[in-house]
Amino acid sequence: MHEKTLAGLSQALRSKAISSVELTEHYLKRIDQLDGTLNSFITVTPELALEQARAADARLADGSAGPLTGIPLAHKDLFCTRGVRTSCGSKMLDNFIAPYESTVTQRFIDAGSVTLGKTNMDEFAMGSSNESSFYGPVRNPWNLEHIPGGSSGGSAAAVAARLCAAATGTDTGGSIRQPSGFNALTGLKPTYGRVSRWGMIAYASSLDQAGPMARTAEDCALLLQAMAGFDDKDSTSVDQPVPDYSAELNQPLAGVRIGLPKEYFASGLDSTTADAIAAAVKQFQALGAEVKDISLPNADLAIPAYYVIASAEASSNLSRFDGVRFGYRCDNPADLTDLYLRSRAEGFGDEVKRRIMVGAYALSAGYYDAYYLQAQKIRRLIKNDFMAAYEQVDVILCPTSPTPAFRIGEKIDDPVSLYLTDIYTITANLAGVPGIALPAGFAGDLPIGMQLLGPYFSEPRLLNIAHQYQQHTDWHTRTPDGF
Amino acid sequence: MQWEIVIGLEIHAQLTTASKIFSGSATTFGAEPNTQASLIDLGMPGTLPVLNAQAVKNAVKFGLAIDAEIGMTNVFARKNYFYPDLPKGYQISQMELPIVGKGHLDITLDDGTVKRVGVTRAHLEEDAGKSLHEDFHGMSGIDLNRAGTPLLEIVSEPDMRSAKEAVAYAKTIHSLVRYLGICDGNMAEGSLRCDCNVSVRPKGQAEFGTRCEIKNVNSFRFIEKAINTEVQRQIELIEDGGKVVQETRLYDPNKDETRSMRSKEEANDYRYFPDPDLLPVVIEPAFIEQVRGELPELPQQKRERFQSEFGLSAYDASVLAASREMADYFEQVQQTCGDAKLAANWVMGELSSLLNKSDIEIEQSPVSASQLGGMILRIKDNTISGKIAKMVFEAMAAGEGDADQIIEARGLKQVTDSGAIEAMLDEVLAANAEQVEQYRASDEAKRGKMFGFFVGQAMKASKGKANPQQVNQLLKQKLEG
Repeated sequence: MHEKTLAGLSQALRSKAISSVELTEHYLKRIDQLDGTLNSFITVTPELALEQARAADARLADGSAGPLTGIPLAHKDLFCTRGVRTSCGSKMLDNFIAPYESTVTQRFIDAGSVTLGKTNMDEFAMGSSNESSFYGPVRNPWNLEHIPGGSSGGSAAAVAARLCAAATGTDTGGSIRQPSGFNALTGLKPTYGRVSRWGMIAYASSLDQAGPMARTAEDCALLLQAMAGFDDKDSTSVDQPVPDYSAELNQPLAGVRIGLPKEYFASGLDSTTADAIAAAVKQFQALGAEVKDISLPNADLAIPAYYVIASAEASSNLSRFDGVRFGYRCDNPADLTDLYLRSRAEGFGDEVKRRIMVGAYALSAGYYDAYYLQAQKIRRLIKNDFMAAYEQVDVILCPTSPTPAFRIGEKIDDPVSLYLTDIYTITANLAGVPGIALPAGFAGDLPIGMQLLGPYFSEPRLLNIAHQYQQHTDWHTRTPDGF
Repeated sequence: MQWEIVIGLEIHAQLTTASKIFSGSATTFGAEPNTQASLIDLGMPGTLPVLNAQAVKNAVKFGLAIDAEIGMTNVFARKNYFYPDLPKGYQISQMELPIVGKGHLDITLDDGTVKRVGVTRAHLEEDAGKSLHEDFHGMSGIDLNRAGTPLLEIVSEPDMRSAKEAVAYAKTIHSLVRYLGICDGNMAEGSLRCDCNVSVRPKGQAEFGTRCEIKNVNSFRFIEKAINTEVQRQIELIEDGGKVVQETRLYDPNKDETRSMRSKEEANDYRYFPDPDLLPVVIEPAFIEQVRGELPELPQQKRERFQSEFGLSAYDASVLAASREMADYFEQVQQTCGDAKLAANWVMGELSSLLNKSDIEIEQSPVSASQLGGMILRIKDNTISGKIAKMVFEAMAAGEGDADQIIEARGLKQVTDSGAIEAMLDEVLAANAEQVEQYRASDEAKRGKMFGFFVGQAMKASKGKANPQQVNQLLKQKLEG
């Protein structure tokens, strides 16, 4: 059963070839058997899942089912799920049972999907390797010695290992696309504002965006259909009609203009990855696309700008974790200051503390202009780069990461080299444009990812191009050994 | 040395909106702790703010009323600091682009002179919750009902030169926000709170002295006392060779002193930055015009109209226009009786003292405006005298009904039949024959004094019902004649 894509399972459910309960039990069994090694789930919710599966089967029987009804999913553990622990990968929220449902998960509940559990992640989504989780690192199913990427590393590993049909992720600087690339998955970061952030525990509010992580572009289209839409509870959500994301999947690619930004193919790019992208370019050309060289001249400023803006917002967003109302509280606080200091010192991990300190510093009196304001200016320049590029091309093609997944522990003591692995993904977050990651080949046993970036609200186009590529390649159909 | 006092005020006005500024929770005062605190007010992870349009409208009303520029692009910023009653660890406020820019306000001082005070800016922000330190056995309680209540922080220029001016300014703001219906002005419940920035400098010096900020002074009386106390402290400090340190101070009304709370060095670095959860709010000119069209007549306009339309004195006009409720009451009395002077005298006289005595607001007055107007009509048509009217007024206050009912029931109708009055006067004069003789033997000056005695006796005999003019006239004839 788990060999099927989400679209395939959807068909099987509706043709009554399988029931949602059977499917759910099957995935729960796989999680039970296989996740001990991977550590991709923080919380598994079998009772909830089976209850939802029974309800889904009723809907499937009475004809009120949609394409996602009965499909077992996993959600990144930063979406608040009512009555279920929502830890954000942190000791700080290890005891936090969310009292309400996020818009994203509510929309999946409404669509009749099944929640298998909550997936592991870098603490507060801060990380690119899933090594900063309080619940321990996640292993990459393609090679257990390697990281699965981050911060949505648990979601990526779970989907790649076929422990769920698909999963949700969030992408602040590449956290959907980079782990999708490292796991031969298709993952979409929508346009900022396309998916509601209500109930999504914030890392960097102006960059965070939720999206689907699945096997194929077709699956992503079905998932995004449920996730996207205006939400009056999120002031940054965009009140614009949601198109039918599956409608244009089969459009031919003749005449599509694809740009290759020269800055993304410069030094630092691993040669196997470069070769894989070159082969993909040929494939796109064969499908009728026009490929041109373009420039995103301010790309090299993106990493410093990102780490200032994201850390600044995080330093403020994480102030609410103070030991007073919810989450971790230190034992026997002597007074208020002691309560604050020890609850936060003991509740947060090193990477989170590092970014809070960087962010607080960047916002502090006398440094604001030099750091935060300057970073915002760079952000504007990067956005302008994209707008200029989209005058010439429809989409931009580039790798998701400079190398395939590195080894667990390899960069753990060198935060800056870890930050540099996000070099190709963070520009899309700074500009707010959508991007889709999809598998482009393998370096030995490790997947190589590429991404397509488009103008605002070009998700239908991105899904179309990715889908057409997947009609002519088979990277996305491969399964890691042992799973 | 001659010292000049320099004062600027920061007034926090809670805006009367049904729900909070960034959540749908109610804002009613005095509810059970934490019953008006939603997920958003609790700062739950993953929750987001959504701006309340009514709060924006209220702020725009204020801006238009003080002739200020309205910020077309509004940016909300986070003011970051840790405190248990600040659930998110930051307060959403406005920093660089406030909703109300530079404006001004005219205040009337005790001697009747008008002074213009500059308003630097006014911005929207959310209120914090309350920390409760009693009854928790060494711990503190947190009540987040107030967290997220919309506030308009109104910052004045350092234009005031005495505590009295500061109070006049605060009262003018108080009256204005109530006129606009944007704040209930209830200082006891904290709906209007005041921080006073106070400094002194030698008279004639151009630069300002070092200022201290007295936080949260919550009555007009305390504003005056706190400022005077602080001024005294600063002058004594400087004259003793000391230096004023820039700091935040608290006023203790029990000891009538200000105490240091924290110095500038200890002040938080609030790390303001634009709140990424809220997009800039753009206010369209059409919206501003719409709000302008909905503005009520403002206190100053009302004062001017009371003078030009009703011929009231500047003092009477300013007393009557001080609150919208008082002004409305007065105008209704005036409309009923058609006599603005009498209406003004009764509202400012008997009615005000009744309200003061019972410690109630004019909205709760036991005598309605139409009742008072109806009674004045009876004075004007000579049914009752002014003196009897006071009795009628008291009866109305006691709930005995309208003036006409009371006059009828108590038989208070004025006697204007000259025959009846003459007969009564004859009796009075006969009963006081000795005084009559004295009167007739006296000179003009003495007679003048004695005349009042006879009037008094006559009114007493008629139980106040005899028409006083007729009594005067007939009595004079009889005594002289």
